[in-house]
Amino acid sequence: MSDGRIDLRLQLERPAFALDVDLSLPARGVTAIFGASGSGKTTLLRAVAGLERHARGRLEVAGEVWQDSTAGVFVPPHRRPLGYVFQDAALFPHLAVRDNLAFGRRRSGDAMPPDAAPVVGLLGLGPLLDRRPDSLSGGERQRVAIARALLAKPRLLLMDEPLAALDERRKAEFLPWLEKLHDELEIPVLYVSHSLPEVARLADHLVLLEGGRALAVGPLGELLPRLDLPLSHGEEAFVVVAATVGAYDADYALARLDFSGSAGQSLWAPSPPRSVGTTVRVRIQARDVSLALSAQHDSSILNTLAVRVEAIDLQPPGRALVRLDAGGAALLARLTRKSLDLLEIGVGQTVFAQVKSVALVD
Amino acid sequence: MPLTTADLAAIWLTLKLATLTTGVLLLVGTPLAWWLARTGSRWKGAVGAVVALPLVLPPTVLGFYLLVALGPAGPLGKLTQAAGLGTLPFTFAGLVVASCLYSLPFVVQPLQNAFAAIPERLLEAAATLRAAPLDAFFHVAVPLARPGFLTAAVLGFAHTVGEFGVVLMIGGNIPEKTRVVSVQIYDHVEALEYAQAHWLAGGMLLFSFVVLFALYTLNPATRRQT
Repeated sequence: MSDGRIDLRLQLERPAFALDVDLSLPARGVTAIFGASGSGKTTLLRAVAGLERHARGRLEVAGEVWQDSTAGVFVPPHRRPLGYVFQDAALFPHLAVRDNLAFGRRRSGDAMPPDAAPVVGLLGLGPLLDRRPDSLSGGERQRVAIARALLAKPRLLLMDEPLAALDERRKAEFLPWLEKLHDELEIPVLYVSHSLPEVARLADHLVLLEGGRALAVGPLGELLPRLDLPLSHGEEAFVVVAATVGAYDADYALARLDFSGSAGQSLWAPSPPRSVGTTVRVRIQARDVSLALSAQHDSSILNTLAVRVEAIDLQPPGRALVRLDAGGAALLARLTRKSLDLLEIGVGQTVFAQVKSVALVD
Repeated sequence: MPLTTADLAAIWLTLKLATLTTGVLLLVGTPLAWWLARTGSRWKGAVGAVVALPLVLPPTVLGFYLLVALGPAGPLGKLTQAAGLGTLPFTFAGLVVASCLYSLPFVVQPLQNAFAAIPERLLEAAATLRAAPLDAFFHVAVPLARPGFLTAAVLGFAHTVGEFGVVLMIGGNIPEKTRVVSVQIYDHVEALEYAQAHWLAGGMLLFSFVVLFALYTLNPATRRQT
């Protein structure tokens, strides 16, 4: 399925809302569909699943046409090899966890239904198999819902804000499971979310929806630092950079993270022991990056990178967002307009970025 | 033996009628209730009202129209005659048809409520797990509506046992054919056989109470599933 992209062109008219998207999404990895509530994220996901009968257009997944309105093709939801994880898990209340899992597994259409054990193990469901859905916590329910969807052997997994119904503690418990899934899964995932931090941890690609239209589509690392998109406009603006663990200093509990594909740029970040060579994602917030005209060696800040100023977005009255190129990796820095003027920083200039804090996200 | 053979025949006939009626109504009422619970059709109101009519109409009105419709000159009567079945009034088959109409709302309404309470999301989840609509109906909707089925069956059965007016209009009073318990009681009272009437009437009272008591204590319909 290396070339089996997801091509979708879907329209749906509702009173006071219209969805109109034309996207080509990658065949692997997690694509986050991100936007404010009411932007059409869930509607888009439901249309892909065939749950929105009135959606028109064309949808092709891994070379198979699921919908083509001009040719009168509409494959009903139960004939589309997909998995759907609903916001509220939607487990069958009359069935124990074991039978919820068996529901999709038995109908997977395979003469040899997939062995449940690996998925049960991956999501840690062993102790829950004989429980009833109403005795599970929200996080447990979502894990069961994901396992149930996976056991139906989907060729596309759709997830509608699986974390939305969880409180902060459950979210923290549940996120590692999703990250593990992200590493193990070989099918594409469409992941609806309105939480940027969640997207930063899980997604490889991003579809930015606004008012039913796709504002931007692309790899996460490329869209986050774009100054023209609302992603960078908030107080919490950040970028995600892919890096490899180049060294680990057990004495200070710091990992050296080398930016992929850049010439010798690296950062030190606090981390539990990690083996050299693992790939990680690093999240850097714009407000944690400051700029200096010369490399400073008398500061408590550990990380200083030589960067080139790529673009400046003035945000009246007093602030500015600067986009930096650190040898292939894009960073954002939030400054006051006054510092910008005092240092006379302009586009094209090479400066030094001091990174106050770096977070490893996986 | 306080009950005569005629009494026993009436009891047997009543049970047979109620069982058959309940069976037919569950078969016919289930798809009807499903449609009523999930349709967005503009006919929903009209059909729902027709189903509910027996709740408010005097049994004699229903019985009268059935008698006319099923009689030799009525449209349904002509149909049954053409099919070689003769006319239905004053036969057991006619009684079953009448009972089905009379008890229809008692079966359809609990089923409709039970189906309407099933979240649409669960049926969508079933579809995304490759369950075709009929598969989802039998493996998700029916198990979730089980309390509704229990209520429907019990009310349909008990209500058929308790009918009188429609039976009298459409079935008359033919021993072992259309003379059910309620009619038998009427006969006893007319003949001033109060002791006999007491036995049957008391039996009916006890039966109805036990059935409803069991329904309201055992049925978990009040515990709503999420």
